[in-house]
Amino acid sequence: MSTNSDLNEVSIQAEDFSLADEVFLLEKDNLTDGAIVTFTGRVRNHNNGNSVTTLTLEHYPGMTEKSLAKIILQAKERWNIGRVKVIHRIGELSIGDQIVFVGVTSKHRQDAFAANEFIMDYLKVKAPFWKKEKITDAGQASENWLDAKNSDTDKAELWS
Amino acid sequence: MIKIVFFAALREQLDCAELSLAADDAKTVNDIKQLLSDKNEKWQQTFSNTSLLSAVNHDMVDGSHLVKSGDEVAFFPPVTGG
Repeated sequence: MSTNSDLNEVSIQAEDFSLADEVFLLEKDNLTDGAIVTFTGRVRNHNNGNSVTTLTLEHYPGMTEKSLAKIILQAKERWNIGRVKVIHRIGELSIGDQIVFVGVTSKHRQDAFAANEFIMDYLKVKAPFWKKEKITDAGQASENWLDAKNSDTDKAELWS
Repeated sequence: MIKIVFFAALREQLDCAELSLAADDAKTVNDIKQLLSDKNEKWQQTFSNTSLLSAVNHDMVDGSHLVKSGDEVAFFPPVTGG
């Protein structure tokens, strides 16, 4: 079972997370891995020239966890990596809030760097999350579902 | 029965989060799309969007994927997480 993705590698949560706590858990009793690569995604204050006030994250419970576990498994088959943790927040978020965390450990840095980027790139196009933003455009407030970006699809395809 | 669920902008456009279909009425995901499109003009317009994605039992699939009673079929727009 050691090569399988454990469910605790994935957390979908409304609450914020602590980068320090996550790094501590990736390092704890792990003396074989010399590299830890972490990525944190945050809510920007602008999108397509408009001011963003809040962002709401919707997801598909069940499929989200399954798709992320599958992506982690693919990363483990492809690179020699140790521990993996993926956290994605849901619900209403404000500017500057953390949205997503990906942490990967490995013996040597190349595997952790590549696997971390792979997991983020695949999460962007395969994990069922949707962002709705509240924006102010010339003083007018409105709500929009974000459109998927071709650049994200192109980036993910580079791994295939 | 087959359970059909909708998410995000699609759910809002249809004003519908989920519904059920008799399994005898559809063999594939595309059959389900066709049945839903036949409901009325709003559903037809919504499902004419070729960028919609589909999943069966939490796995992304294409339109030719076979469906059976007890399956959960989901339709949703391209994902925008991360």
